[in-house]
Amino acid sequence: MPTVTVARDLLFQYLQKSFSQHEFEDLCFDFGIELDDVTSEKEIAAKGEKSVANNANLSEEVLYKIEVPANRYDLLCAEGLTTALRVFKFDQPAPTFKVVQPENPIKIFQKASTREVRPYIVGALLRGVKLDAAKYDSLMDLQDKLHQNIGRKRTLVAIGTHDYDTIKGPFYYDAKPQKDIRFVPLMENREFDVASLFHYYKNEKPNCHLKPYLHITENAANHPVIYDSQGTVLSLPPIINGEHSKITLNTRNIFIECTGTDWTKLNITLNTICAMFSQYCTEPFTIEGVQVIQEDGSDLAGKLAQLRINDFVTGATDKTVFTPDMKERTFLADPARLNQDVGITPPIPAPELAKLLSKMQMPTVYDEQKQQLVVSVPCVRSDVIHVCDIVEDVAIAYGYNKLIRTIPNCTTIGRAFPLNKLSDALRDVVAQNGFSEVLTWALLSHDENFKMLNKNDNNDEAVILSNPKTRDFEVARTSLLPGILKALSSNKGLMKLPVRLFEVGDVVLLDPSRDVGAKNQRRLAALYCDTVSGFEVMHGLVDRIMVMNNIPFEPTVRHLSTIQRSYSIKKSESSTLLPSRRADVFVKEQKVGSFGILHPDVLAAFELPFPCSMLEINLETFL
Amino acid sequence: RVKRVAADITDKTKADLANLSQLAPAAVTEFVKRKLAAKQVIKSITVSKGSNFTTSVSKRDADLSPDMLVDGSWRTRSFKSVNLDALGAPPETGSLHPLLKVRTEYREIFLNLGFEEMPTNQFVESSFWNFDALFQPQQHPCRDMHDTFFLTDPAASKLSVFDGGQLDPAYVQRVKDIHSTGGFGSQGYGYDWALSEAKKNILRTHTTAISAQMLYRLAKECQGKEFRPVKLFSIDRVFRNETLDATHLAEFHQIEGVIADYNLTLGDLMGVLSAFFEKLGMGSNLRFKPAFNPYTEPSMEVFSFHSGLNKLVEVGNSGVFRPEMLLPMGLPPGVVVIAWGLSLERPTMIKYGYDNIRDLVGPKVDLEMARANPICRI
Repeated sequence: MPTVTVARDLLFQYLQKSFSQHEFEDLCFDFGIELDDVTSEKEIAAKGEKSVANNANLSEEVLYKIEVPANRYDLLCAEGLTTALRVFKFDQPAPTFKVVQPENPIKIFQKASTREVRPYIVGALLRGVKLDAAKYDSLMDLQDKLHQNIGRKRTLVAIGTHDYDTIKGPFYYDAKPQKDIRFVPLMENREFDVASLFHYYKNEKPNCHLKPYLHITENAANHPVIYDSQGTVLSLPPIINGEHSKITLNTRNIFIECTGTDWTKLNITLNTICAMFSQYCTEPFTIEGVQVIQEDGSDLAGKLAQLRINDFVTGATDKTVFTPDMKERTFLADPARLNQDVGITPPIPAPELAKLLSKMQMPTVYDEQKQQLVVSVPCVRSDVIHVCDIVEDVAIAYGYNKLIRTIPNCTTIGRAFPLNKLSDALRDVVAQNGFSEVLTWALLSHDENFKMLNKNDNNDEAVILSNPKTRDFEVARTSLLPGILKALSSNKGLMKLPVRLFEVGDVVLLDPSRDVGAKNQRRLAALYCDTVSGFEVMHGLVDRIMVMNNIPFEPTVRHLSTIQRSYSIKKSESSTLLPSRRADVFVKEQKVGSFGILHPDVLAAFELPFPCSMLEINLETFL
Repeated sequence: RVKRVAADITDKTKADLANLSQLAPAAVTEFVKRKLAAKQVIKSITVSKGSNFTTSVSKRDADLSPDMLVDGSWRTRSFKSVNLDALGAPPETGSLHPLLKVRTEYREIFLNLGFEEMPTNQFVESSFWNFDALFQPQQHPCRDMHDTFFLTDPAASKLSVFDGGQLDPAYVQRVKDIHSTGGFGSQGYGYDWALSEAKKNILRTHTTAISAQMLYRLAKECQGKEFRPVKLFSIDRVFRNETLDATHLAEFHQIEGVIADYNLTLGDLMGVLSAFFEKLGMGSNLRFKPAFNPYTEPSMEVFSFHSGLNKLVEVGNSGVFRPEMLLPMGLPPGVVVIAWGLSLERPTMIKYGYDNIRDLVGPKVDLEMARANPICRI
């Protein structure tokens, strides 16, 4: 869940009211966010969480770390967060945004070469913005958060913000061979071409935070680049902006460009930045639009029409599109349905519902003729895509904890899953026989599952994980034995001999006949450890378990035809067990389990100094 | 020639040694050092007749024996007194695992409330059932390599059948459509949905993957018939590819409850949760907080007041499944599905006072402590 860090005093300044910490926590709880931590720059450095440049100047200013929902991009900065809270708590009207398109709009010419590597670009201009240090930091932080979240670490969306007065339109979005692009990157004082820049970031620059993004375009024959009419490079998406057009506290006009591979997310990103920072424009909440013009051969409109029914397609032709598109979307909602879905009893009248929705930044009016609420969803609420999203907002505005809690009256009959019922019954049986239950991991290292059990991997048994973080989880267990042996090993010397352990659980086996290619199998495994090996103990447990499942021992049955099933025991070839002291259990000619004395190699592998016997049975036999 | 010098000689040492008892202790020690005297300890015991004096010898018995029963000699024997301040002989006992004892209780509660247990014995799942069918978008952080375990073998599912029968290709197409272009009243997510991504196998990150299949099966069963409401539950293992610490593991048990019926409300969900947590002993002062899940809307985090810690603690997560998940399955419009989940480990740790989750589950558990864990009473 993303967090936003805001100085507490600045937060209350934007909220236009001060709160005690407790009051603020209550407000967060009601709204659906969380005050995760209260800290300061000094504390953060002390905890070693972040590398801070100058330790001496760390402030003790109180910082609030607030956790916000992952689908609310409008809450990722103080500006958006406080706007939402002011509208929610103090019934202030939500801002409305105006996009102006002058007669001679700013133009971005997009070349065909970009379509293969990074096909979409949008842009906007904010005029007359006065930034102070806090606003500057907020703008940079927001870009970073959008990059991480909706931008999926810049793979889907990357943002560039520029000082418009240092550059001259029209602009060009192109993809050129790496050696043909030369510029001075942000924070550097010499020119680089793309290849040497990548090399510099990878190998030379200390603490380079761009390393995680280099892979995105590293191998592109033609690298995306944005430059102006004089050839000055604005940015090298998605890696870095140019030093020339960087934003400073003296910047007045901010040119924003976003490039990416997902049209919907690109526009949400651009809309978010414009919505958050246009309040600082000379004309607040007014954004100047940009025209993106395609080179020949574009199928942009068709492609966009394929993607989404309503949004972000208006005005797009195959040749050109105006951005940003910050228009509201309209939803119709039935007041009776809203009352019913939330469970507001008695139901509240439509105008009251409208007021509730306005508190959630969605101005709503009641259309008496249609008997529907007309909900206007602003671009900052990109999370609203269905009436159910509106239902949630009604409930939040009403107050979750004010709702009356009712019990639905559907009659159903309980039913246990037969395999689980059987497992629990057999767990009881084995525990009654003096065995202590363990619960171990289903994921193991490859060695624990094979080599340490004296087994070979024929690549037809175990499910292999592709991205484990540690070597502890390389495969899913195909036997319960390693887990029990590890448990015994951890408790070496802590338990009086003889030690009797067991586990009932699922192993995972490859199975090409299943759609997913694997299946679980419920197993029972037991272990006996003493100064003597206990073969007959395990044998006795096998007999006991079979008797409990009403399966007699074949040699003792006088009339085989009169009983359904019986079990028999034959010599085993299992390499995990000691030859001459190993057996397989058969029911109706099918092997259902094995037992015997553990091979000394296995004992050594698990560092166990005493002889052990084990048993493992497929519990599903007994269903 | 020997000349007499003194008239008389006194052998002081000889005299002293004859009179040891009169000497100063220092002088005695001196003689002991010179090995002329040795200290000897003489112990004496005075014996007198006690009340139990007898001239015949009899052993004090520790136990009643069959012979004594036969010949009645127990009447005249005397028995050693028992040390009641010491522990008795520990029985040779087996035991059940603490976490699973709690699981048994929770299963009972669900079954008593009329819930049907879902068949969750399937750890390997396709991304389709774990994410896509639940309307969780394909470029969502959860599907990243760092949160989910992907598999090398088996790498992908065929997506032609599932546990309840044939997987209708039209349903898969409806899922694709609703993600990319919307439908059923939704605007969708507006991205290119890829079947290949949906086929990728993972270790399930939640048991909701099974709930989805149960609901799809229910929808198919109810085609052309009257819809029957269901209450479903499961308690089983899930897997998260997360950084591990004192409270986070790669595997843990998830408890899940699902109710599907016409016209359920958010108030109903809160009522069910109140009843459920009340039965678990966590029902005091339940409060609900708006939350976000990709597949539920509205969503709620459930908090309960913990008297020991003296604060509100989160006890579970819940929500109403999105129509984008239910309608493509073919469930009748108007059927609402509410669901909630919590982990089994967390309430168990709070109940038994465990700080580190590895003291409760996994191979490093202290087995003697596990054996001594009391019966679970909720």
